[in-house]
Amino acid sequence: MFTARRATLILPLLLAGLLYSVPASAQVDFTGVWNGNTNAEDGPERAAGPSLVEFMGLPINDQARQWGLAYRPGRLSLTEHQCQVHVVHYIHRGPFGARIWEERDPVTHQLIAIHEAINTYEQHRTIWMDGRPHPSPNAPHTWMGFSTGVWNGNMLTITTTHVKQGWFRRENIPSSDEATTIEHWVRNGNVWTHISVTEDPNYLVEPLIKSEDFNLNPNPNSFNPFWPCEYVEEGERARGEVPHYLPGQNIWMAEYAATHNLPQEATLGGPEQMYPEYRDRLKKLPVAVFVDPNAEPPAPVAPAGRGQGAAPAGGRGGAPGGRGAGAGGRQ
Amino acid sequence: MRRVIAAALAAVAVYAAGIAAQQPTGAAPQIRTAKQMPFPQKPDWSKLEVDVLPVQGKVHLIAGAGGNIAVQIGDGGVLLVDTGYEQMSGKVIAAIRKLAPDRTLRTIINTTLADAHTGANAVLIKEGRLNQAGPGLGQRPNEADLIGHAGLLALMTKIGRQKIVVERWPPSTFSGKSKDLYSNDEPVVILHVPDAVTSGDSLVWFRGSDVVATGEIFNEASFPYIDAEHGGTINGIIEGLNMVLEITVPKHNQEGGTMVIPGYGRIGDEHDVLEYRDMVTIIRDRVQAAIDKKMTLAQVKAMKPSPTYEYEPRFNRDPNWTAEMFVETIYRNLSTRK
Repeated sequence: MFTARRATLILPLLLAGLLYSVPASAQVDFTGVWNGNTNAEDGPERAAGPSLVEFMGLPINDQARQWGLAYRPGRLSLTEHQCQVHVVHYIHRGPFGARIWEERDPVTHQLIAIHEAINTYEQHRTIWMDGRPHPSPNAPHTWMGFSTGVWNGNMLTITTTHVKQGWFRRENIPSSDEATTIEHWVRNGNVWTHISVTEDPNYLVEPLIKSEDFNLNPNPNSFNPFWPCEYVEEGERARGEVPHYLPGQNIWMAEYAATHNLPQEATLGGPEQMYPEYRDRLKKLPVAVFVDPNAEPPAPVAPAGRGQGAAPAGGRGGAPGGRGAGAGGRQ
Repeated sequence: MRRVIAAALAAVAVYAAGIAAQQPTGAAPQIRTAKQMPFPQKPDWSKLEVDVLPVQGKVHLIAGAGGNIAVQIGDGGVLLVDTGYEQMSGKVIAAIRKLAPDRTLRTIINTTLADAHTGANAVLIKEGRLNQAGPGLGQRPNEADLIGHAGLLALMTKIGRQKIVVERWPPSTFSGKSKDLYSNDEPVVILHVPDAVTSGDSLVWFRGSDVVATGEIFNEASFPYIDAEHGGTINGIIEGLNMVLEITVPKHNQEGGTMVIPGYGRIGDEHDVLEYRDMVTIIRDRVQAAIDKKMTLAQVKAMKPSPTYEYEPRFNRDPNWTAEMFVETIYRNLSTRK
């Protein structure tokens, strides 16, 4: 017979079991296949990619700027660089598709981790939700780093450490292996908004804050996880050669600025460019002038060599049409 | 009715406890990626601790005893690459005993000259013994074998026993490019790196575990040290880094695969060595370009930006080996190159 006494014993257990089996309202389900929304304001960066010396909007320090000015795209043609992956704080702006799923304890259904498979360079990251500590400072760094997450209401907040050296803007501005990224994931219906705040004690003056939107793909079988990358020899090089521009000798420095009628300074980034007051300064600066090093010379000249003023040798920095704004390059 | 209310409250309490246990919530903890730091100046040795991590296969890392120590463990015993500072030897021995409580230390390989790598040689060889009967090799006591390149022994001999006790000198030497041994069921290849940090440097390649211990040519906490007084050269460093790039193989998209233990700092892989090689090569090229333009050392030191400029936030951290000292050594090195 079902007595009040028995009810007193059973009811708490039933209620607890029922409530416990329902996800807390504060925890949002990000499970599914998501596609990058490349029509947004960050479309150029997520698709064709930035031009050389296009550092705008990045709160970088002088050292990061110098790194970018010395960067010669031919470096990516070195075999060891060819399959280099975008680090976690950049990859969400790449051509992007992701599958997200949860890993739960089979008995308690407690959330252990959230997994994110990213089809750009076949990356898989694990966001640990079980409160485990981050690894030792002596542990290896990876492209995706080590991530732990906590819920803030309906928002998932992720802290990622142990990321490899990469870039804040591809083929331009470096990020160091000592950067830390805080992500905030928000879901509104079928739109996933990804917000990241990255601190880098070596190359950023202020945190770099970015956001991207992704659309839920209703077809769960549409995700193609493969991004094979096999390096090939691209031309002959001297052993150990590392393409770079000596200080002051980047022949493409003014190209992007001049093409867009911008002052040179405006393309060089820096924290002051993050604020509206910078518009006043922009009006006072002269527009950059670019002299195409591949243009027909006005008079016969000596054969091009590898000395100062010569066209860059090899790689994407060399051949006319092989580089520049929107001219292909790394995805 | 009271019982029902109490039951409901109990259920809510159980639910709340369940949710609390289910998920971490609240503000993200202030966790940041640790900076890679050189060994502390004038340390309080009693307060220093070692950090022990598995690397891959049979190889572990002992960090924090000076230069990094690689530890290979197997049925045959224990093999070490470098020994750290003498003052840290007790903690290193304790760490080895914890890692391999019933194994004997058989072999020690030195990668370079510095105290941070060879300081505890004399203590640690006495902790081990060769796998043989009798008193040892010839007149030597039965203790762990200590291997180094002939150039390393030559340097220690030249410096003299007043500064480096004889027990720190490697009695087992090799000359030429390499020495092979088989330890704990895997090939271990010692590769000489000519004229790098010193004229007696080596790197150690565990071919089965797929791990390379580079010695100081790769340093995650500083620009690479060049001991020019003892035969070190910038081009030797770069060639050593290129050697590492030749033997490392990434597992997937330039990550993992062959793991690399640097002289100092965190465990790396090919890509970490690659970025370091790029940096050192670019700095060398800048100094060489300045020399080609007949610039004096004072002019090179006054260059704006300096040859090391964009790398200084990350690597100019060792007061005993500053960016300026690094550039000056490169300049003198390249200026006197034959």
